[in-house]
Amino acid sequence: MKRQSWSGLNLLWHSLGRHRGWHEQWRRAEPKPAYDAVIIGGGGHGLGTAYYLAAEHGLTNIAVVERGWIGGGNTGRNTTIIRSNYLFDESIRLYDHAVKLWEHLSQTLNYNVMFSPRGVMMLAHTVHDVQVLKRHIHANRCNGVDNEWLTAAEAKAFCPPLNIEANIRYPVMGAGLQRRGGTARHDAIAWGYARAADALGVDIIENCEVTGIRRDANGAVEALETTRGLIRSRKIGVVAAGNSSVVMRMVDVQLPLESYPLQALVSEPVKAVFPCVVMSNSIHAYISQSDRGELVIGAGTDAYTSYTQRGALHVNTHTLEAICELFPCFRRLRMLRNWGGTVDVTPDRSPIVGKTPVPGLFVNCGWGTGGFKATPGSAHVFAWTIANDEPHPINAPFTLERFRDGVLIDEAAAAAVAH
Amino acid sequence: MLLIDCPYCGKRPEVEFAYGGQAHLVRPRQPAQQSDQQWAEYLYFRSNPRGMHAERWRHTRGCGRFFNALRDTTTDHFAATYRIGESPPK
Repeated sequence: MKRQSWSGLNLLWHSLGRHRGWHEQWRRAEPKPAYDAVIIGGGGHGLGTAYYLAAEHGLTNIAVVERGWIGGGNTGRNTTIIRSNYLFDESIRLYDHAVKLWEHLSQTLNYNVMFSPRGVMMLAHTVHDVQVLKRHIHANRCNGVDNEWLTAAEAKAFCPPLNIEANIRYPVMGAGLQRRGGTARHDAIAWGYARAADALGVDIIENCEVTGIRRDANGAVEALETTRGLIRSRKIGVVAAGNSSVVMRMVDVQLPLESYPLQALVSEPVKAVFPCVVMSNSIHAYISQSDRGELVIGAGTDAYTSYTQRGALHVNTHTLEAICELFPCFRRLRMLRNWGGTVDVTPDRSPIVGKTPVPGLFVNCGWGTGGFKATPGSAHVFAWTIANDEPHPINAPFTLERFRDGVLIDEAAAAAVAH
Repeated sequence: MLLIDCPYCGKRPEVEFAYGGQAHLVRPRQPAQQSDQQWAEYLYFRSNPRGMHAERWRHTRGCGRFFNALRDTTTDHFAATYRIGESPPK
């Protein structure tokens, strides 16, 4: 298929034909009987893995199988916040690897992913918050990652709608600011990776649900049973997010995961009023403004595990109450729509990226409520892991065995919130 | 918001309850003889099924008591709630 570009000249040319000449950005592939590697899950992480396998490791006879449509899961349901201000060295390295890839991703893929490093500001409302945020700032700077402390007045100067008066329940005492953090366009990351992978020969197979995984006499994987027939492959990567437990149960591997509903919502579009991303772990608020003008607000997880991709209204209300306290100017804004996704949460809120007890089977899961920011980094190191049959140094600590060996990377305790 | 049938108080809104995770997990009776893998399975590994799930709830803002429930995780429909110590209904 001929690759199309969206240059000004091309736009002009197609306008003469009333824009009827554009064609699909990637092929609608039919499954072949066998591949060198197959990725289960066509979200950003899965498509990115396929792209890096093809682009950096020369594996082009590969496929991505997706039960629904690509980017229709958590890739299309998140609040697009990108940052790397985690506490532990292992996490900082992993997430900053992603931020560094985000910075040049539009050029790498020749596809505008709309990465916008507008700054991510995390608010402190208590003495404990101040101490925790400052500890994060020091940990980040020791690892060469930017993060700086702002007083309440400096925070207001950076984000003018912020209310720093003392008359609210949890007044703002200061903030940590990562200027390299920001947002990107969620769909573009799936489409950009899909287009670039397709151009390298990767088959992207939608509406193809995996129903079983076949193993040979030695226990190694040999084929996938799908709703579109048998697909043979000696290397399989599971990147199934909320459904990772379901897929891994096909080979009798249990994971330390629980799948929860996570919700987000957007307001009606308004003029540009919000210059950055603001997060508050303590009173639970996540807010930024999309380029279309909607305020993008992240709510919390529901209390119980569920695969429904929807949650309860009181969870959204809780977040909106916090938003209205922090940004009184948004009190009369109407919400346009809300939605939910299914996130796979580990006990330490850090992902599992690496090998499994089954030869030839690799897993990339447990990104919980914060996987979008990691998409390029996760895909990059996971492709390395599949190609070399051993973990990349960056994801080496994120094994499944860490739960047995007691070497958790406990970002759950570090942030006291799912993130 | 879910409507949850507390076996002691009857149907109440979800906000009165706290979720307690997977039910029927038993702490090893002889902790010293457990392997690391067995401990990890008790502490961290969960069934996380797509379908019927036996789970604990606590009526925190009501009677305060724990009970168990069977809920379908694909619909959030409660098939049954039952008291601690009872077996899940078939």
